[in-house]
Amino acid sequence: MTTELLTDITIFILAILVGFEVISKVPATLHTPLMSAANSIHGIVLAGAMLIAVVADNPLGYILAFIACAFAAANVVGGYVVTGRMLKMFKRSRTPVAAASPAAVSPNGHAPNGHTPATSKTGSQS
Amino acid sequence: MSAWSWVTQLLYVAAAVGFVLGLHLMNSPATARRGNQVSTGGMILAIATTFALVVHSGTVKPIGWAVMIAGTLIGAGAGLYMARTVEMTAMPQLVSLFNAVGGGAAALVAINDYVRLAGATTGLSETVTIFTILDVLIGAVTFSGSIIASGKLQGLINSAPLTFPGSRIVNTVAALVAVGGGIYMIVTPSVPVLIVIILAALAFGVTMVLPIGGADMPVVISLLNAFTGTAVAMAGFVIGNWALIIAGALVGASGSILTKLMADAMNRSLANIMIGGFGTGDSGPAVEGPGGDVRSIQADDAAIQLAYAQKVIIVPGYGLAAAQAQHQCAELAALLEERGVEVSYAIHPVAGRMPGHMNVLLAEANVPYPQLKEMDEINPEFPRADVALVIGANDVTNPAARRPGNPVSGMPILDVDHAKSIIVIKRSMGHGYAGIDNELYYNPKTSMFFADGKTALTELTAAVKTLVG
Repeated sequence: MTTELLTDITIFILAILVGFEVISKVPATLHTPLMSAANSIHGIVLAGAMLIAVVADNPLGYILAFIACAFAAANVVGGYVVTGRMLKMFKRSRTPVAAASPAAVSPNGHAPNGHTPATSKTGSQS
Repeated sequence: MSAWSWVTQLLYVAAAVGFVLGLHLMNSPATARRGNQVSTGGMILAIATTFALVVHSGTVKPIGWAVMIAGTLIGAGAGLYMARTVEMTAMPQLVSLFNAVGGGAAALVAINDYVRLAGATTGLSETVTIFTILDVLIGAVTFSGSIIASGKLQGLINSAPLTFPGSRIVNTVAALVAVGGGIYMIVTPSVPVLIVIILAALAFGVTMVLPIGGADMPVVISLLNAFTGTAVAMAGFVIGNWALIIAGALVGASGSILTKLMADAMNRSLANIMIGGFGTGDSGPAVEGPGGDVRSIQADDAAIQLAYAQKVIIVPGYGLAAAQAQHQCAELAALLEERGVEVSYAIHPVAGRMPGHMNVLLAEANVPYPQLKEMDEINPEFPRADVALVIGANDVTNPAARRPGNPVSGMPILDVDHAKSIIVIKRSMGHGYAGIDNELYYNPKTSMFFADGKTALTELTAAVKTLVG
């Protein structure tokens, strides 16, 4: 027990330090996606919820385990999907800065998706 | 250690490597998506390993399986639905909601463990009890606090700081009961006391978040995110699971860093936010507005100013997000660019509801990334700007922040008042979260365009097209 606890505490502290190191380098623009990503990672609690579900042996245990599983699964699935949705929007940022030109927006107001060539500043669209 | 435990532990470590690499890849927009995929891979591995553990144990009753599978499927379905359908503007409250359920699940893991072992002959060890108590307290506070935070952002609960007579006393009593009960439980295991501290922690979470105003909510959500991570790590100690400990600690650390970054951006200390209460009135007497005349402007005049400017800086704020006007904004900007106007966006670190929230919204509207300028980069450019177009941003543009003695004092602001002229799109003269008048609106250079962000931008775009086509 004591050795296990010591190992657990060691892992805990080292993981905290890794967390500090990895996070402190992220630019401000990615903070919302990052928060969402961290949010989905704590969905790992689903593993804990599954493990308590299998040792439950009375109605109260089953109810608690059921709620825990549902909560945790919502956290993990929702978290990753929402982070993915946010990051998908950064796709265009990969275009080189040299080619930075105004977003091509058609006159009817619908932004094109995909790789529509951007209009140049001298373009005479209207 | 059996070969089986070796394999599962190593798989958990591999999953943890996935989480760390995933977060690392989120350093740059170019690799961020891959980061999320790597992190997802780690999560699938961790869950699959757990599933294998469960199957291997061979002691699961059918009802146990039913509970586990039904709970997971229902939760996953709900999470998937919410994540798919949520508007990008409502993202912060969804993150808060996921915090709530994550913290709740972590608390339930420990509660279940405690209740089960309290009835068993083996009894409870003191070390496990300590982690159980920490998990339950942090998890319960996160659960109720996050729901309140989410409700405030969604507008279900008044986003103004809410206090009732004696609310601080209730808060203190709840904290004392929770901590006192926890200490009692270490000495004397007791399920009734566990229930008492759960209720006390829930009450503490509610009374902790209620008095905090909407403007500080991003910081609070970030803090609660760190709380959830910590609660999950504590749950890991309770059931002796490395995956939970590592992932929980990672999130706890990252959430703390983010919280500090956000508080710094608003020039507020965390203690100040949690105790002081932004705009509760106890941070100083309300500042009377400077008075003076407010000039209002119509779409046509504003459009002409914009169309004949050489340099326009757009200052998007929460109003833009609330009106879902990011597409209209991008359209107007593109139209101006076609006319040869130099357009850039000034992004305040806490514009919108979270750091980077505005970037996400504008990226959704396909605004080219290089046009988005952060505060330190854009502030020196304001004096060269012919027009600063403020869309639904308030407190982050208030020059009063440069003077001491008012609720926004010391907050870093965008130097919008240095621009040659200023157009403010706003629905009314209403106050921002700080609850004070914005002196910018009384500046002789400022014209107010009173309209909803979306309507105003649509009208402006149409006016630019017809007037100067």
